[in-house]
Amino acid sequence: MAVIRDVMPAFELVQPSSIADAQKVLEEQRENGWVLAGGMDSFDWLKDRIKKPKVVVDLSGVAELKGIRTTTDGIEIGAMTTLTEVVQHPVIREKYKLLAESAELVASPQIRNQGTLGGNVSQDARCWYYRAGWPCYRAGGNICYADTPEGRNREHAILYADRCVAVNPSDTAPALIALDAKFVMRTSKGERPVDAEDYFIGPEIDITRLHILNPGDLLTAIRIPSTWAGAKFYFEKVRDRNVWDFALLNVASAMVVTSGSIERIRIAVNGAAARPLRLKVVEDAIRGKPPNRATGEMAGKLAVEGAIPLQFNGYKIPLMRNLVKRAIGGVEEA
Amino acid sequence: MDPLQWAIDPWGKLVPIHIAWFLIWVAAIAGLLFVIVHAIFVRYFAKPRQFEPVTAPVVPAQIPEHVPRHSLTARAFHWTMAASMFTLLFTAFLPRVGFQFDWVTYHWIAGSVLTVSILFHIIHASFFMDFWSIWPDRIDLRDAGRRILRFVGRPAPLPERFAKYPLENKLYHGAIIAAGLSAIVTGVFMMFRVRTIFFPRNPYLFSDMTWGMMYVLHGLAGVGLILLITVHVYFGIRPEKRPITKSMIFGWMSRDFYLEEHDPKRWAVGIPSPSRESAGTRNED
Repeated sequence: MAVIRDVMPAFELVQPSSIADAQKVLEEQRENGWVLAGGMDSFDWLKDRIKKPKVVVDLSGVAELKGIRTTTDGIEIGAMTTLTEVVQHPVIREKYKLLAESAELVASPQIRNQGTLGGNVSQDARCWYYRAGWPCYRAGGNICYADTPEGRNREHAILYADRCVAVNPSDTAPALIALDAKFVMRTSKGERPVDAEDYFIGPEIDITRLHILNPGDLLTAIRIPSTWAGAKFYFEKVRDRNVWDFALLNVASAMVVTSGSIERIRIAVNGAAARPLRLKVVEDAIRGKPPNRATGEMAGKLAVEGAIPLQFNGYKIPLMRNLVKRAIGGVEEA
Repeated sequence: MDPLQWAIDPWGKLVPIHIAWFLIWVAAIAGLLFVIVHAIFVRYFAKPRQFEPVTAPVVPAQIPEHVPRHSLTARAFHWTMAASMFTLLFTAFLPRVGFQFDWVTYHWIAGSVLTVSILFHIIHASFFMDFWSIWPDRIDLRDAGRRILRFVGRPAPLPERFAKYPLENKLYHGAIIAAGLSAIVTGVFMMFRVRTIFFPRNPYLFSDMTWGMMYVLHGLAGVGLILLITVHVYFGIRPEKRPITKSMIFGWMSRDFYLEEHDPKRWAVGIPSPSRESAGTRNED
């Protein structure tokens, strides 16, 4: 893990009170600007002196970015809403419990009190070679230190690795994909909503970031449609210890079962690749089938097709297979 | 503005990691400037080209109407190489200027195609074509001197007509060899750092410094190729060069163009030329 080396480097702190003001500064600063949400990821980077932005834009004073609002077609969650607020919100607990469950498993209570939903989905990779400031691909260099015979890669990717083998560490991301959420970004061209799964990108597209936000862009809100409200949800996170740890793998599913058959389903996993993976092939294969052990086993096998383990993360293949199996067939059936 | 990007490796050594990406724009703008300056010069300032009259009489009837210039094999190689080269340039540099897509796989596949086609070309050119026809000879150098002197207004004899390839073609070919082979050799080693079907990954094949220099050389060759390809395409579409471009499509050039630009003594076509034949001149390329 990263070692705190020093006090933060000097930067100009800007504390806007509106989205427009925040975006104006970010537009001006481009690569020199840094978005500060809850600070749970940012302060690591800054105190380690690995990232040295000239201007930090603190969004904590932007009221528009906070709060949970019900809309005609679901709910809208401001990007600066804390994870604790998400966990405790009555509408989310009643209709979109999948998100509450995933947010509740993030880190520790203190971190959830400070960390935001926007920050959780936009946080950077936790690969220690990258976080330690080594000149790896993700840092703009020309090597992946984790994908070597001796590299410590127990937590790294088994799918869609492309030079870099870091994984996306978010717990709420797969839940939001399963809920068919829309991520609302403010760009220089105006508001741009994108499907949750399209918000995330792998190294084959851009090896230096985990999402599509360009310098100057801002994630403002996450909208969850009512399509999956009250569906049968499943979320499971596997980690080395039961509190305050990143997922080795997690799985989130939303399923509508009619007359004993899966009518509709969305399922996503995270921790297997550099982006949370929506398992469309699995969804297509099990639609119309009963949500039981046999269907779960088939889904699990399909989910890991093409997986390539690294030196120390072969366990992730059976783990992912079993998580998908449990998400479909249920824990009792597994 | 450092033309290279540097990093501190895990052992604390300063190593280059690749070229600075602004060099992409330097190469693109340099290519564009060359095109503009050359086009203006040819349009407004250039004098008509003059050649030394041929000493031996040429009987046009002995020259075929369609003078064979490039065999089907040579043309297939050229266009395969062109397709792979464009794919390599687009997949290498478009992501660097904001067009993001899954480029690595297409890049190494195109690089593999280029490598195989170049290996084929080396064998084909060495054993089945007139190998020396693309290298500058003594007359080329002498005529280059004459042309430069005449360009700056100094008295000099007229240059002879060209052999199969003008000196500019030959120099361009040399530059492409340098840039292309640099990109290919470094690219083959760089494939050890990504997952391909050819060999297992081995990122520790070289030291960080050697790897860094390899990435730098690959990058320099790449931006050099932006410039070279821009110039090549420009000349390919210039009106006075179109017969040459057409010959790369259809395999032949017209008798008129041949007699106007080329010296039958230096590039014998249809006319028996014992001295050249004994030197191995053939028309397969």
